[in-house]
Amino acid sequence: MLTYTIRRLLLAIPTLLFIALVIFLLLELSPGDPMAQMPMSIPPEVKERMREALGLDQPWWVRFYLWLYQFFVVEPQYWIDGLFGTDFAEGAQRIISFQSKSPVFDIIAERIPQTLWVVGMSYVVGVLIALPIGIASAYYQYSWFDQIGTFISMVGFSVPTFFTGVLLIVIFSVNLGWFPSIYDTTLVVDSWATLGQQIKQMAMPVFVLALYNAAQISRFMRASMLDNLGQDYVRTARAKGMHEKVVVLRHVLRNSMIPVVTVIALGVPQVFGGAIITEQVFKVNGLGQLLILAVQGNDIPMVMTLTFIFAVLIVLFNLIADVLYGLLDPRIRYD
Amino acid sequence: MFDAPTPLVRVRDLKMHFPIYSGLFRKRTGEVKAVDGVSFDVFEGETLGLVGESGCGKSTCGRAVLRLYDITEGEITIDGAEIGTKDQSDLRSMRPVMQMVFQDPQASLNPRMTVEAIIREPLDEHTTLSAAEKREKVLELMDAVGLNRAFAGRYPHAFSGGQRQRIGIARALALNPKFIVCDEPIAALDVSIQAQVVNLLEDLQEQFGLTYLFISHDLSMVRHIADRVAVMYLGKIVEIAPSDVLYTAPKHPYTQALLSAVPEPDPSADARGERIVLQGDVPSPSNPPKGCNFCTRCPKVMDICKEVEPASVELAPGHVTACHLYQN
Repeated sequence: MLTYTIRRLLLAIPTLLFIALVIFLLLELSPGDPMAQMPMSIPPEVKERMREALGLDQPWWVRFYLWLYQFFVVEPQYWIDGLFGTDFAEGAQRIISFQSKSPVFDIIAERIPQTLWVVGMSYVVGVLIALPIGIASAYYQYSWFDQIGTFISMVGFSVPTFFTGVLLIVIFSVNLGWFPSIYDTTLVVDSWATLGQQIKQMAMPVFVLALYNAAQISRFMRASMLDNLGQDYVRTARAKGMHEKVVVLRHVLRNSMIPVVTVIALGVPQVFGGAIITEQVFKVNGLGQLLILAVQGNDIPMVMTLTFIFAVLIVLFNLIADVLYGLLDPRIRYD
Repeated sequence: MFDAPTPLVRVRDLKMHFPIYSGLFRKRTGEVKAVDGVSFDVFEGETLGLVGESGCGKSTCGRAVLRLYDITEGEITIDGAEIGTKDQSDLRSMRPVMQMVFQDPQASLNPRMTVEAIIREPLDEHTTLSAAEKREKVLELMDAVGLNRAFAGRYPHAFSGGQRQRIGIARALALNPKFIVCDEPIAALDVSIQAQVVNLLEDLQEQFGLTYLFISHDLSMVRHIADRVAVMYLGKIVEIAPSDVLYTAPKHPYTQALLSAVPEPDPSADARGERIVLQGDVPSPSNPPKGCNFCTRCPKVMDICKEVEPASVELAPGHVTACHLYQN
């Protein structure tokens, strides 16, 4: 398993370099100009000098190489310097956002907590409700519980988050006034009161996203449980005279979790990607919102870096899913 | 009879009907009569063979006898206890007495449990042995079925079909059962392994004093292992007789047809030329014919067969058949 993991990590290097190239070229080919939002009154020659200052006069392969160098060498140096107080970077040029003119990684570091709190929490909540619902719907297939669960997950699937989000705002913020409609990033949690406030402002976006996640995962859990409930080994377990609880939770659930765990692992990169629409609706300034603003502003370094980080996470969690599969299923061997 | 031994297993009028739901509101529109009024006894220490063609309800019957289904109707008495109407949760404590060896040795073992865990699990549930005693018991069982002790930590997928069936047998034996239903235990194995497994089952029967209900469609194998044989057709038992009687002098037309289809290894002896080939297909068990179930295909069909269901008659001690040819 270890050699397999190392081999996969090595194979990931060319994959990621290729992905970086494709993203870079796509951004290069796409229309749009970082100067487009500058005031019309700036004379063309000044604009040209600003363009040079951003390095845009260089051919693409030079800029691509520079970006790679900054991403893989300079930024880790700054990161290590920040951790241990060393000085490897020696003031080298970092990846700078065109819009804010500050280092891209500093902005990302500011945004990650909101995204992880809101989107990550919604994923955890979604999984925690999805698993019991999926198990119960499969065990009591075609019962009332199952029918209602099917209906709710259809709703979760098909009603877009910008609709459920706004609906919740209308009901709970405007009419009932229970929760704030806007997520306040400046809130510092240092007491029970502020913690309560934080939970209140997280409640609605977390619910909207959790409904969506739970809808998918519960369907998956149900299908996987149904697959296994009909297997012969379940009858064997009953013939052994095991408690029904043991039959379902030890025999069926453990076998059913194999595909579900990998699906859950594959969904984690989306958490980091943020939930662009939901973050917009509730004004959570997380990574999703950052990416949207960067795209609108032709902020190429920011878009490039964020997209590439998502690609790294996807490759990484694919590997984690495969390794988990091998750990959970004794029939699968990688060596 | 005065010296009639009491049966270990007594089944009376067992019915197992599976509902069919259809239509827009999934209303119950009918039922598959997989087992439709089956009665038989199995005496202690004997092997009762249960034969019949595919889909006649043999396996369902075997599972229903062990109450792996909630039966529709009937009485089942095993080792003096009536289990036909018991709750599944009350049945659990009785499971050690009655066990089952399943048909598909691949699918009937949990792929995520090691051999040791599979065999030990019933011990955890039903006994109070210490961990060391359980392990010793598991290893003894593996010896008994001819599995190498070193394989205890392996998973089922690492074994061949015959070895997996041995695991299944060891698992069934773990709780010292009295009665074992063998549901086509050799159907998924190739011929050389079939003989090994059947011999193993016979040895274990002798060693542990087991009683078998041996379900199979392999007539020659049943002749070899069974003391008495019951023939099933479309959810009903058409004939029960001691093995040698049934194979030499079958009475029911279906049994005769079935036995005439057994291949004869010696071509010169196969000059009988009287193979009975049945016409048509088995009727649907959701809509069995009126009268005798076999009347649609029987070569000796009479008018009465299409109207009246034949009752079982005892032609000789222990030889029972349900056919109008032998009524009175």
